[in-house]
Amino acid sequence: MRGFSVALSAILTLALSQVAFAQTIYPLNRAEILSGAKFDFKVEFPGSPAREAVSVTINDEDAVKLLGGKLDYLEKEDGQDYAAFILRNIEIKKPGSYKVVAKAGDKSSTVNWLVYDTPKGAVAKNVILFVGDGLSVAHRTAARIMSKGLVEGYYGGELAIDDMPHMALVSTSGSDAVVTDSANAMHAYTTGHKTCVNALGIYCSRAKGNLTHPKVETIAELVKRKRGLSVGIVTNAEIEDATPAGMVAHTRRRADFNDIVTMFFDTKPEVIMGGGSPNFLPKSTPGSKRTDDDNYIEKFKAEGYAFASTATEMRAAAKDGKAKLLGLFNTSNVDGAYDLKFKKGATAKFPDQPDIVEQTKIALDMLSRNDKGFVLMVESGRIDKYAHSLDWERSVYDTIMLDNAVKVAKEFAEKKNDTLIIVVPDHAHMVGILGTYDDDQPGATPREKLGVYEKSAVPQYKADKDGYPETVDLKQRLAFTFGSFPDHCFDAKPHLEAEFVPAVPGPEKGAFITNETQCTNTSVRVTGNLPATANSGVHAADDVILTAMGPGSEAFRGHMPNTRVFRIISTALGLAKE
Amino acid sequence: MTSGIPMEPLKEGRITRRRVVLSISGLTISCLAASACAQADEIEIISFGGLYKSFGVLGYEFADRVKASSGKTVAVMGYMAPPLTTESSFFVLTREPLAICPFCQSDADWPVDILVIYLAKATPLITAGARVMVTGRLEVGSWTDPESGFVSQIRLRDAYYRKG
Repeated sequence: MRGFSVALSAILTLALSQVAFAQTIYPLNRAEILSGAKFDFKVEFPGSPAREAVSVTINDEDAVKLLGGKLDYLEKEDGQDYAAFILRNIEIKKPGSYKVVAKAGDKSSTVNWLVYDTPKGAVAKNVILFVGDGLSVAHRTAARIMSKGLVEGYYGGELAIDDMPHMALVSTSGSDAVVTDSANAMHAYTTGHKTCVNALGIYCSRAKGNLTHPKVETIAELVKRKRGLSVGIVTNAEIEDATPAGMVAHTRRRADFNDIVTMFFDTKPEVIMGGGSPNFLPKSTPGSKRTDDDNYIEKFKAEGYAFASTATEMRAAAKDGKAKLLGLFNTSNVDGAYDLKFKKGATAKFPDQPDIVEQTKIALDMLSRNDKGFVLMVESGRIDKYAHSLDWERSVYDTIMLDNAVKVAKEFAEKKNDTLIIVVPDHAHMVGILGTYDDDQPGATPREKLGVYEKSAVPQYKADKDGYPETVDLKQRLAFTFGSFPDHCFDAKPHLEAEFVPAVPGPEKGAFITNETQCTNTSVRVTGNLPATANSGVHAADDVILTAMGPGSEAFRGHMPNTRVFRIISTALGLAKE
Repeated sequence: MTSGIPMEPLKEGRITRRRVVLSISGLTISCLAASACAQADEIEIISFGGLYKSFGVLGYEFADRVKASSGKTVAVMGYMAPPLTTESSFFVLTREPLAICPFCQSDADWPVDILVIYLAKATPLITAGARVMVTGRLEVGSWTDPESGFVSQIRLRDAYYRKG
């Protein structure tokens, strides 16, 4: 009974709070703010009180006086029933604890911020941040088994991503939910603030416009503004996709690729490489996804950027001593490692795409020409995309590709001890290694071929010189499983021809059903454990593993929120200092 | 500078002109655009693979045959993308069945090579990523739909379709 009444009162409290929200203050409670970093300060007052009826103080001082800037007071922001109190593009220079109190009548809200210093100044000249999108523990284990081999419980070698002196367990939840997406997650690394799903470089307020929410400065903007460092953004996803966009973007909606292209142009990172060219082309060009006549390839060129649409052109730009490069190698995502290296036919339309390993080499070559230093973000973006489509082999090939890119960075950093290298996933997927499948076992269906415990004999993948398994189509192979999935047919075999498509749209709007073309006489029908609106696997809230090396990396230890990654980067670069 | 390369016509699922003409004639009952139906044996079949001369990072170029057919009635086999409403005079035809609905899902986007179909009149639309043969008047060139703001490069007007 007691449990029931507690639950009931919780429900009532929730119901009441939905009727009239308390004042909401952005940045939210417990924000850690780099001293001197720019941000927008916003308070929302329910019921649209007049300016004279509200007060906002910070450490008992009037907020407008303390923060400076021009106050925008919108009594009914976007016609909604609350007043918005906004100071844009402000900064707090003095480190310490800040208590922010917003009052209207007898209602009051309080948040606490910590403004931090970077007392040691710059201990690192450069930072290389590797993001394995969706990289989960089982991806690492599978990559190690397939790349290095496993004999009597010992691996034949270490992965470059594992072989680092510092490690931390990172939690990825955003301000709104347990499970994050790549936008929300990348935002934490690039701004040090928590936000919500689909958002980049902003706090999710009640404003209606995607571009009017309170902004926070990104690492790319900070290092360029304060220190004149060069910035590189490298991915094999579309360059406008959430992870690369997180370096420069401020929008509530990650899908607004055309806005994001504009934001790349506003920030002008020196090296930009990935897929996703259609949002750079004017709408008059067949293949464009723009809705205006702006030609962003020409705009970047006019700013002194070399443009590359192939690996050959990318190499030529670096060789020519160019300092700035825009490389767009595919209209969509750049092909993954398996399709690039082992299935060249799949890339017939784009026969000369670089992998992220070579992109990393070229980016380091170009960025290191800036004597002040650089920040380079490299994403292996399709680990996640293939995990969504339940195509684990392609995910692991792209994990190995990430490992090779990290190797390149380590070789670069070896020369001087001035580069902080971080390898971190943005979120996890529900993946695990259950055992092995053995085609020689009697029976037809996957469960009859499965070996667990002592029957999970070690598969003999043969790696090439770059650590990629020459084939994954072995009679005895890993049983790598997914914990979230739509309805699909499962035959426990690799999808050698093309990326797996588990489900397709069904007759009911918004509902997905098994992709019948994947059903064979040796497959089983798996009933999805996700809502029917899901066409693929989804992210998990599990913590992720961060590894790091170089100056400043010793701060990575134990468990931390994802926002701490930004703080450690800023501290290593001494960004609080002028 | 161009990274475009010549496109191979689609081999898989290629339909002979004769077969298509026969099946269209056999289904005149579903013809909503009389002009298109009357000239059934004149209809040119265009495959998705045959739409482009080159296809690269800097955009694509339509095949000469496609440009020459602009304004004429043609038939194209493709997949009906998940429509926004069950009955409409507008849908998107894609080369492969689309697993996601870019209209409904905020982080999904259309493939580059799509054909926008304007039906002769609002029709109940089939879904389930159905393969359809669409016949209509070909229109080539950038055009922004004033209602939806959707930009397309190639369209079929006064079109009708049948299950492929």
